Amino acid sequence: MSQPTSTGAAARPSDQQPLLAIRDLEVSFTTAAGVVPAVRGVDLTVYPGQTVAIVGESGSGKSTTAHAIIDLLPGTGKVTGGSIMFEGRDLAALSRREMVAVRGKEIGLVPQDPMSNLNPVWSVGFQVKEALKANGVARGAAADKRVAELLTEAGLPDAARRAKQYPHEYSGGMRQRALIAIGLAARPKLLIADEPTSALDVTVQRTILDHLQGLTEELGTAVLFITHDLGLAAERAEHLVVMYRGKVVESGPARDILSAPRHPYTQRLVASAPSLASQRIQSAKERGVTTTELLAPTGGDGVNATRDDVVAVENLTRTFKLRGGRPGKQKEFTAVDDVSFAIKRGTTMALVGESGSGKSTVANIVLNLLDPTSGRILFDGTDLSTLNRAQLFDFRRRVQPIFQNPYGSLDPMYSIYRTIEEPLRTHKIGDQKSREARVRELLDLVALPASTMRRYPNELSGGQRQRIAIARALALGPEVIVCDEAVSALDVLVQAQILTLLNDLQAELGLSYLFITHDLAVVRQIADEVCVMKSGKIVEAAVTDEVFDNPREQYTRDLLAAIPGAALNIFGGSDQGIRA
Amino acid sequence: MAWYVGRRLLQMIPVFLGATLLIYAMVFLLPGDPVAALGGERGLNPAVAAQIRAEYNLDKPFLVQYLLYLQGIFTFDLGTTFSGRPVTDVMADAFPVTFQLAVMALAFEAVFGIAAGVIAGLRKGKAFDATVLVLSLLVVAVPTFVIGFVMQFVVGVKLRWLPTAVGSDVSFTSLIMPAIVLGAVSFAYVLRLTRNSVAENLTADHVRTATAKGLSRPRVVSVHVLRNSLIPVVTFLGADLGALMGGAIITEGIFNINGVGGTLFRAIQQGQSTTVVSVTTVLVIVYIVANLLVDLLYAALDPRIRYA
Repeated sequence: MSQPTSTGAAARPSDQQPLLAIRDLEVSFTTAAGVVPAVRGVDLTVYPGQTVAIVGESGSGKSTTAHAIIDLLPGTGKVTGGSIMFEGRDLAALSRREMVAVRGKEIGLVPQDPMSNLNPVWSVGFQVKEALKANGVARGAAADKRVAELLTEAGLPDAARRAKQYPHEYSGGMRQRALIAIGLAARPKLLIADEPTSALDVTVQRTILDHLQGLTEELGTAVLFITHDLGLAAERAEHLVVMYRGKVVESGPARDILSAPRHPYTQRLVASAPSLASQRIQSAKERGVTTTELLAPTGGDGVNATRDDVVAVENLTRTFKLRGGRPGKQKEFTAVDDVSFAIKRGTTMALVGESGSGKSTVANIVLNLLDPTSGRILFDGTDLSTLNRAQLFDFRRRVQPIFQNPYGSLDPMYSIYRTIEEPLRTHKIGDQKSREARVRELLDLVALPASTMRRYPNELSGGQRQRIAIARALALGPEVIVCDEAVSALDVLVQAQILTLLNDLQAELGLSYLFITHDLAVVRQIADEVCVMKSGKIVEAAVTDEVFDNPREQYTRDLLAAIPGAALNIFGGSDQGIRA
Repeated sequence: MAWYVGRRLLQMIPVFLGATLLIYAMVFLLPGDPVAALGGERGLNPAVAAQIRAEYNLDKPFLVQYLLYLQGIFTFDLGTTFSGRPVTDVMADAFPVTFQLAVMALAFEAVFGIAAGVIAGLRKGKAFDATVLVLSLLVVAVPTFVIGFVMQFVVGVKLRWLPTAVGSDVSFTSLIMPAIVLGAVSFAYVLRLTRNSVAENLTADHVRTATAKGLSRPRVVSVHVLRNSLIPVVTFLGADLGALMGGAIITEGIFNINGVGGTLFRAIQQGQSTTVVSVTTVLVIVYIVANLLVDLLYAALDPRIRYA
């Protein structure tokens, strides 16, 4: 691994002693199938006050490396070789008791998922105070005062009162702030930030990372930042370490890696990072136009061949009754408020918004899984609320969903064949033989070998599972597919593959997509038109390029600015923005 | 909170009415004539039989009988048994001892079940865990009366550590063995439930965060694993109190305890509807109250649950 060269403001004397020096680290897990290496010979150096980012896809060993440092490997994980020198001590050789003294006091951790990383049964203040007491920082009334200070410092308003509340009374962003307060409570010299914001909305992510960066710079804390997002890493760290299959494939100053990636994996990563390369996937699109024209009904004149609206949503409103409260005093919550849009046949409409903006509710109403409170949905000119049972059954065939989590949306007890064949059987299409042929055809369509059909979801990767989910959605030859965060759970490279696949399928089959996502970078790659939703309302609706190049609403501008790496101008070779 | 408790208590009224009506109907529909049975082989003088029927309202239609019974409840008169004893007396005899027995059984299964379960959960896959799991499976599989007789023989007769039977001499010591036998199966369930809950919670993200804060292992376990793990266990224990009170008939039989189970059994055999309905209704109420207490305890353990 190369020595970090000085980059702008982050210059450091070359004779400085490293704070953390990992050499030849090997970590393995013992499974029924034998010993599986997860980290293979990793070298990593962090200097005092420096921010180093480890970038890689899930399973690359980046989190395992980080957890090995403070001996928090899950399950059967074990450090099997190499050294982790921290201020001259080998952490891998410490006793359990010595490690307890290092954790929190010397090395802090900000974990990945703010939803599951705070204990739901204790107040947030209690959990921060514990960190202070355990590390001998403060106790008693002084500790209570310090808790409020720490939470305020982490950017939590009204901290003294908030400290008495429980995690479920906090939003995701606030929980992450509390976790940052815990991580920094004992003023550690090194903070491990393990995907600290990947579960949060982009705008929240930005404010939290800005805050974390300001805090650690002020305190002089070194940060080991772990992320799957190259754009984010480049924006936040001086030094990048790219990991792939348990090995470091490339490391160096962030700007150098982005502008001139040497390793093929890094090159692919840079090329497919949605936050960096933002263009509508075009090649397939061109074909799409001609195909839809060919498929258009031949009976009519030229006017019929133009794209009509396959789905029209008119003045959609949906309210929910909030639970609890005395009878007659129940509150109502308007999840979707007077939303109207239309999807042109053969195109992609994206619905963008943060969590809680009502976009998934719209998706469920369009799928007719939820009834609107008022307003109506026209599918091919027919009002959904007027459908009888048989028509509804037919509608189900023509509109299919793909959901976010391919781990949850496939039945683990069903073989892949049964999963894809089930809709055909439900709709009594073909006999066993023709159905099997159709399953083969569908697997081929999503670029999976036919042998996959005898396997089960747990034997497949996340990307493969999402391909299965797509194949199942396509089984009945639908016209509209509702993708609810269909690529949000996937790694960037896989995400790029699935987006390309969706695009090709659209061109080949003339599909229309309603694409629900919180990720504007993805929108740019897939959508023709965009509706930006906020608090149940559509605040901006336009053609994709228009929204990106010329956003009219402040909210849309905030969303755009929050895309990680948006400020980076890597191909222009400019110096600014690397460490904004 | 007060609103929630009030609503739950109000819910007890329809449950009470429904339960009594259902039980009354079932006893009424039982085959056989209780009055004729009183006469044995020789049969009763028809005039006497008619008098008894009139006295116990057995000559009236079913619904009238039921309403008269309800009227009795609100005037604290539950009627008398065929032998002339007030039903309230019968219940006053049976319930205290059964209640004491059930509470002791509950305490036994809670204390030992949770303790063994926590240790097994922390040492998942080790020798202690494996042994305890096999033993608990054995307890669940072997019928209660086998455990009862074996214990009575070994501990009571051979070793003479504890009294073999209870009889009229109800004391704490004499109830220890019956309580253990009564709580044995639930003990095994509590153990397994706690063990799984602890083992699962140990791998929770927030436990890792707690460790990363620099907390010692004992502190992590006692503060961040135990409280979270007890939530499902408490639910089970609460529901179990009702089951222990009503289901003690076998244990009561083995150890000669004059409790609810035996009383109820005899009353059913003799078709004494007032006794059956009264005893069962009290059991239903115990069950409902126990469930309410569990729900309130639940909120105390888990702040996410707030009743409004």
